[in-house]
Amino acid sequence: MHIIESGNVAAALGVKLCRAQVIAAYPITPQTPLTERLSELVESGEMEAEYIPVESEHSALAVCIAASSTGARAFTATSANGLLYMHEQIHWAAGARLPLVMCVVNRGVGAPWTIWNDHQDSISQRDTGWMQLYVNDHQQIIDGVIKAYMLAEEVMAPIMLCYDGYLLSHTYMPFDVPSQEEVDAFLPPYKPAYALNPDSPANLNTVTLPDVRPDTKGKTAHGYMEIRYLLQEDLLKAIDVMGSVESRFKEHFGRGGNPYYETYRCEDARFIAVSLGSLSYHLREVIDRVREDGIKAGIMSIHLYRPFPADAIARVLVEAEGVIVFEKALSYGYEGALCSDVKAALYQASGSKKKRPFVHNHILGLGGREIKTVQLYEAMQHSCTRGTKVENALQWIGLKI
Amino acid sequence: MGTRQYGRKTSHSESGPGDAGRTGSWRVSRPIMDAHVCIPAKRGAPACFICWLYCPDGVISRTVPPKIDYEYCKGCGICSEECPTKAITMVEESCFIQTEGGEK
Repeated sequence: MHIIESGNVAAALGVKLCRAQVIAAYPITPQTPLTERLSELVESGEMEAEYIPVESEHSALAVCIAASSTGARAFTATSANGLLYMHEQIHWAAGARLPLVMCVVNRGVGAPWTIWNDHQDSISQRDTGWMQLYVNDHQQIIDGVIKAYMLAEEVMAPIMLCYDGYLLSHTYMPFDVPSQEEVDAFLPPYKPAYALNPDSPANLNTVTLPDVRPDTKGKTAHGYMEIRYLLQEDLLKAIDVMGSVESRFKEHFGRGGNPYYETYRCEDARFIAVSLGSLSYHLREVIDRVREDGIKAGIMSIHLYRPFPADAIARVLVEAEGVIVFEKALSYGYEGALCSDVKAALYQASGSKKKRPFVHNHILGLGGREIKTVQLYEAMQHSCTRGTKVENALQWIGLKI
Repeated sequence: MGTRQYGRKTSHSESGPGDAGRTGSWRVSRPIMDAHVCIPAKRGAPACFICWLYCPDGVISRTVPPKIDYEYCKGCGICSEECPTKAITMVEESCFIQTEGGEK
């Protein structure tokens, strides 16, 4: 059924369709309407779940970790400083291998206090062992939640579904809401290999020694390093799992495409812009304009950011003359995190080839600074025409200093 | 042999000796019990067992006389502190290393 609703409601409906059993969240702008809708759905009896109000985001994720450890399908959502307040539990959920789904409604982080959109919040959680999906519109939000549960439960690792605050969370768009029967046919109930059970009590994730150890049955159990290695190994395998989830989703719902990224006019492109989230759709208009000027350009929007499908991304980008990364976040003291990741992928992919595309990095929209199409156009045109002659590969768009 | 076939991919412990590793190796000083002073040992009857009750690692047995499992005793010294007759003395591990090395 097609409806017109906000991005936050699209996410809430996705969570309902996935039959999440435990929801714990603390309201924070711009995530609030998502959790409000979920609490309404639970209160009205439309959704059969426990909605657990908590006093903080740290507790919200702790509740989800506990719920997931008992074998329940759990959900939380947050933004910005709320996400950062969870940080300790974010690492915990990954190491504990719990398939949580969390919507991160992207917002800039303080100080100074801001409530507007950029990607610094989720990008700063890049190295925690969570998977991260970035989506560009409302259809991708609801579909993304459904795919996220399947991916998380097959990989046994948590996942963040990231979408832009306000630009997607508070805007209204038409999107298709699949029926409960369709989602049930796609997503089986969550059945973990182990769940807490009073009949066979266990201690989960207590102090784990540097070295391996014999367990109570005399079998050699992992030390800390083996457990961390397995997380990395499974996250790398998750790239293929994501491919499989995407093709199954397409069979069931008739929607979807490339599991890792979405390209626009990249087939013959000499210059490829790269970005995350709704900015990619904004950049499509810019691509059309620079193409009118005779510059063969395209845009790649990356959906799966962690695990990073470096081979698949580099296969497209390595053929270009130039790669221009537009980012709403920064690894302070160096460059955009996505830019560094793209460069690393290209370094591997070009192998013995001496020629690699130049990589430019444009930082923009921090703390909700308006992004004008004309600014994007000028930045793209400058990068494409000046190429390697550009002295400073890191540029700020819209800065008024 | 490695842990590849272990099954679980997380840290998971069940109640039982040694699931936190051979913690006896952490010990800096060793509790030594004097059977002439220890109440149950002296009387030859179950009594007192304050050490058994207080041991946070459950490595002291509720037997006559009480026995300390040095494989897992971390040497915290609580038993020595709590013993009402001061029957347990904490002795530096280095003393035993020398003895076991045959140097005396």
